[in-house]
Amino acid sequence: MLIDEAVIEGVLGAALRRGGDFAEVFAEDRRGTGARLDDGRVEDLASGRERGAGIRVVSGETTGFAHTSDLSEAGLRTAAEAAAAAARQGGGGVRTVAFRRVHAPAPTDVAVLPETVAKAEKVALLRRADEAARRAGGSIRQVSALYGDSRRRILVANSEGVLASDDQVKTRFAVSAVASGDTGMQTGRESVGATIGFEMFDSVSVEDLAAAASTRALTKLRARPAPSGRVPVVIKQGSGGVLFHEACGHGLEADLVAKDSSVFKGKVGELVASPLVTLVDDGTMGPEWGAIAVDDEGHRAQRNVLIENGVLTDYMWDWLRARKEGRPGSGNGRRESYQHLPMVRMTNTYVLAGGEDPDEIIRQTPYGVYVAQLGGGQVNTATGDFVFGMTEAYLIEDGRITEPLRDANLIGNGPEVLRNIDVVGNDFAMGSPGTCGKDGQGVPVGDGQPTLRVTGLTVGGTAR
Amino acid sequence: MTLTEGRTGSAGAGPESLLDLATRVAGWARDGEQIEAFVARGRDTEVRVFEGEVESLSSAESAGIGIRVVTRHRQGFAYAGSLDDDVIAETLADARDNAGFATEDEHLGLAGPDGVVPVALDLWRDELAAYPTEAKIEQAIALERAVRAGDRRIRQLRASEWGDAAVESAVVTSTGIAAASRRTACYLSAEAIAGDGDDTQTGSGYSVGRGPSDLDLDRAAADSVLRATRLLGAVKPRSTHLTAVLEPRITATLLSILAGTLDGESVLKGRSLFAERVGEEVAVPGLTLVDDPTDPDAYSAATHDAEGLATRRNVLIDAGVLAMFLYNTYSARRAGTASTGSAVRAGYRSGPGTGARAVSLVPGTASPEQIYAQVGEGLLVQSVSGIHSGVNPVSGDFSVGAEGVLIKDGALAGPVREFTIASTLQRMLSDVVAVGNDLERLPSSASGLTIAIADISMSGQ
Repeated sequence: MLIDEAVIEGVLGAALRRGGDFAEVFAEDRRGTGARLDDGRVEDLASGRERGAGIRVVSGETTGFAHTSDLSEAGLRTAAEAAAAAARQGGGGVRTVAFRRVHAPAPTDVAVLPETVAKAEKVALLRRADEAARRAGGSIRQVSALYGDSRRRILVANSEGVLASDDQVKTRFAVSAVASGDTGMQTGRESVGATIGFEMFDSVSVEDLAAAASTRALTKLRARPAPSGRVPVVIKQGSGGVLFHEACGHGLEADLVAKDSSVFKGKVGELVASPLVTLVDDGTMGPEWGAIAVDDEGHRAQRNVLIENGVLTDYMWDWLRARKEGRPGSGNGRRESYQHLPMVRMTNTYVLAGGEDPDEIIRQTPYGVYVAQLGGGQVNTATGDFVFGMTEAYLIEDGRITEPLRDANLIGNGPEVLRNIDVVGNDFAMGSPGTCGKDGQGVPVGDGQPTLRVTGLTVGGTAR
Repeated sequence: MTLTEGRTGSAGAGPESLLDLATRVAGWARDGEQIEAFVARGRDTEVRVFEGEVESLSSAESAGIGIRVVTRHRQGFAYAGSLDDDVIAETLADARDNAGFATEDEHLGLAGPDGVVPVALDLWRDELAAYPTEAKIEQAIALERAVRAGDRRIRQLRASEWGDAAVESAVVTSTGIAAASRRTACYLSAEAIAGDGDDTQTGSGYSVGRGPSDLDLDRAAADSVLRATRLLGAVKPRSTHLTAVLEPRITATLLSILAGTLDGESVLKGRSLFAERVGEEVAVPGLTLVDDPTDPDAYSAATHDAEGLATRRNVLIDAGVLAMFLYNTYSARRAGTASTGSAVRAGYRSGPGTGARAVSLVPGTASPEQIYAQVGEGLLVQSVSGIHSGVNPVSGDFSVGAEGVLIKDGALAGPVREFTIASTLQRMLSDVVAVGNDLERLPSSASGLTIAIADISMSGQ
């Protein structure tokens, strides 16, 4: 335990001594290692350590927050008083807290803690990836590879008696390749990440990842400019979860809904998507990148169905928004670190498989774009307009995948795109690990989907 | 409610300055070993208001150290979010250990004094430390009120915020570098949501400065109101090719991306579009791109780079001709040249990379209105999205989501949304048809001004 139970009680008491409705201590100890190979050289092996606590006091509509890297009782009390002052003074009083430990199963069992693995073994992975990427062809001019692991231990306790902890271990690996030819340079990237230890490499071949990154870059050397305008788009399984993350995921976050900043406000119970779409956010889904045992407010992770057969069933909630609505939370209160306030965030967000053979979806598309890998995206939740980038895509002509296309963004409007999904495949895969940014905070998230088709999305290419 | 009493120097009793602390750590270097200690301490406050009430108020101090060790031409790095002696000792041990696993590289080594004298810059405002929390709250509430009063179609604000930060840092090496700096910054920012019937649009406005007296609340409010309301009624345009006029904010975004392709490390590693092109014409003659952290008006002005060398004015593109790349100590040694004082780092958690700090175009003579008139038929771009997903700085492909206003007969006409604009970075530099006179300082590593770029693909209907 990061902080003694008696100390937490004292700190929560100090936080509420001058009034306030709610106080919370969030303590975190994070350690990590990152290693980067670039240009054939292991440039840097870096390790880091962060430790501290954030203290939140809620008084009426106001939240006061302060954080400290000093986990001693004195350090915590100073932060608690600062947070209380920020939340304004009220009636005052003494509060005693009886803690209920939140029992939540770990989403995965970690077999090999990365901190127990020799650094030389981590570095060896980078070299293997570099060699494999370069073996893919003489046009591969540059390769970089990244290894990263982290262990984040958290403790959350609040004046409602919640006492919870989690030990989150994550491992990731990424390879980027640059190919060069007559048409200039092109890039390819492939990454994996999981809420799991070093045993990830028992089932993941860094050579395969490297070869995939290189193949992607080489393929794009013969790519032509992407179309410009609205076309049907088929998205390969496991590559397009970001579409749902942007098209509706953010818009279903209760804090944005409450501020009139979501096109999905007031739509619970309504048909907001094609009846083929069932969308789930699931923090319990180990060993995916967004998996947690408890969220950063001590609420047990849950599997939440957000859209069922096209009908909006619920938003995602944190403590603050759930309290205002007088309803239970949903395990979506997350924060980047102890230096940040929690807010509503996704975990692993995915669309359930449908019934169509994915090959048949392509065969039934006379003309369009086939997206095999998407990069990031961005959404304006108030208007629903969102973009996402394609980093591997092909033209579909006469029901067949033909020429590769250069990188471009696609743009659409969330509610409209959800309605325009006309076929959903019977396959399913989760995608690459992502970092979701909101109000300056990044948290790890996963996403996934089956192969599916959108009848019309605007592709932002330059083809005339 | 006094959270930010003016505290100067270090926390706690018997304060050791950051420079002294970094000097002490660098002094632990053993024979044949180089140590760089970068220490930083920051204090920040953020106030968010919603419907006239404080929604949240955060305030905190944080501090950390990043240690780089070079031994036998191998480099290791470690960091910690604490300045406690035992943590620092452990961090140094980690950095030493990490160095053992890196590849030997003869060019590796810390910076040494190069004789360039840093400019004197005054980036610190005592008035910020003295500014009471109550006043910060009042400012954020006043901003929200001003936005609501700005137009009857303002339905809500997603955010109205005050933020400020005071950061001190020092970098000292066992090779003779010793530099310390400090800076303050504050901002007011609003994001308005405008509605008319079923139509909803958003617009952001902000004002930034080194101290409270630099801030212009009315302008931040007016900006967010104008941007949200002028998009009401926006339609998805037809796909076409046209001349795009970029507002200063958008130009700054483009310049940041461009500067990234001119970093010497990318060139050495074969990732720059512009490798081997020094001395060649890469842009129209009217375009001169400068990275000048010594400019006191630049938001990101700095006396020293992240390795402790004096910053300097670097002309990257001179009247359309590629003049130079940016280097830190390592990339310069590898390229057989000298550092351009362009080491940058993202706080104490990372070692120094290479990058621009304060890029800007040399302003032209035309006002934005004159540029609209010159363009005749085109598009004014007021916001872009998907920069990370749609701009590939290696291939040069450029495709981003955009919102803006069409230009007809030389004047602003109807608003448009849900479309993309695309070209390549290479072509955009050669297609610049106007450079404005409206230099705007922005909270980023780039300043902006209005520019017009011909032959942009607009993808819509």
